[in-house]
Amino acid sequence: MGAAHDDQHEAPGPHGRALRLGIGGPVGSGKTALVAALCRTLGPSMRLGVVTNDIYTTEDADFLRRAGVLDPERILAVQTGCCPHTAIRDDIAANVDAVETLEERFGPLDLVIVESGGDNLTATFSRGLADKQIFVLDVSGGDKVPRKGGPGVTGADLLVVNKTDLAPLVGADLTVMSRDAGAVRNGKPVLFTSIRQDQGAHAVAEWVAGVTDSWRHDHPHDHAHEHA
Amino acid sequence: MNASMNAALLLLTDSRLPAGGHAHSGGAEEAVRTGAVTGPDDLARLLRGRLATAGRVAAALAAAACAHALTTNDDWRELDAEADARTASPAQRDASRTQGRLLVRSARRIWPSSALDALTTALPGGAHHPVALGAVAAAAGCTPSDAALAAAYQAVTGPATAAVRLLGLDPVTVHRLLADLAPELDAMARTPATADWADLPAHAAPALDLLAEGHVHNPLKLFVS
Repeated sequence: MGAAHDDQHEAPGPHGRALRLGIGGPVGSGKTALVAALCRTLGPSMRLGVVTNDIYTTEDADFLRRAGVLDPERILAVQTGCCPHTAIRDDIAANVDAVETLEERFGPLDLVIVESGGDNLTATFSRGLADKQIFVLDVSGGDKVPRKGGPGVTGADLLVVNKTDLAPLVGADLTVMSRDAGAVRNGKPVLFTSIRQDQGAHAVAEWVAGVTDSWRHDHPHDHAHEHA
Repeated sequence: MNASMNAALLLLTDSRLPAGGHAHSGGAEEAVRTGAVTGPDDLARLLRGRLATAGRVAAALAAAACAHALTTNDDWRELDAEADARTASPAQRDASRTQGRLLVRSARRIWPSSALDALTTALPGGAHHPVALGAVAAAAGCTPSDAALAAAYQAVTGPATAAVRLLGLDPVTVHRLLADLAPELDAMARTPATADWADLPAHAAPALDLLAEGHVHNPLKLFVS
């Protein structure tokens, strides 16, 4: 498997393959809900695949399958041996294998989402696995979290702050979160969402559609070159 | 022949080698779940038993694969079938092929070689892990003895690390258990590579087979195997 490329001595080139989008963040911040929302909103116009890495093997995958947002065969679960960050950062072999398996079975695809297992603020995706990455926080972790930084918060291509509907209940100041996130992220985008209230996470989906379009434009399938 | 300590062997056996090995417990997770392993004493017995059975077979297969890769590139399917015949549990076969596939994929970028190309062509779904490990060892510049040592070493380090993570055991205590096994690991590295594959050892470990099969049905598993 994963043998669709002629020169396998190099990492398979990006041309013609799907954008690989990593979604990371702490436990319970809403990563799986965001994946479901993206499938719901983008599914009708994009060819999707999803890889989940949850602590209990298939729980997130099962959640997505039950949500009925994507053909269950297009959702693969990867076990991480108690180390979710290892599987997305230091030893990405099993995740790359899962992504390539999806592309082989169902390709060509436009977007493959790799959802990390719930982790802490130091989690970040290897560039060998994810072309773009989203880090998901929620307001109930406290409005000081963005200020603490960490590779996920500072380095992700998009920071999503979820569960804004809970902000008044937990005393989280969204203005503080926005200001702090902007300061540690050097202007990279931050979006505030409540996936409970907007089950399509439309603002995030719009950002994902934009990066996927750019990816397709910058990395066309080889045939596009041949016919150019 | 003594295993020659070299940088390639260190790289090959480093748990940081990005080849998916970190997510395999070699039956340790199921042993913990069923109560067969609860502490360092149980773990020591599991490791010793695993080394004497699955570890010894893996070491011999890896040495044979390494010697094979250093001489010819044919017949990979035949050697892989010998590994298959020595792996009774279907779950272990799956886990072994997955690990073999991931190892070879990474190794082809780290240590490109015609032997690894031929192995992938012969077994696109993945060679058994010991066979893959032997071929990768050859590609990395290691000897058959090195390959045997690497296979035996990984047969015990994977379950040991898994037990540390799952039971919260003192990692120093567990490393001491591994150090106690060093003479046996070295002895396995001195076993000459078998040219006649039918004579490769075939030590069975029914308890490990049962652990592997039980693991598949654990809905809360954290490791692949």
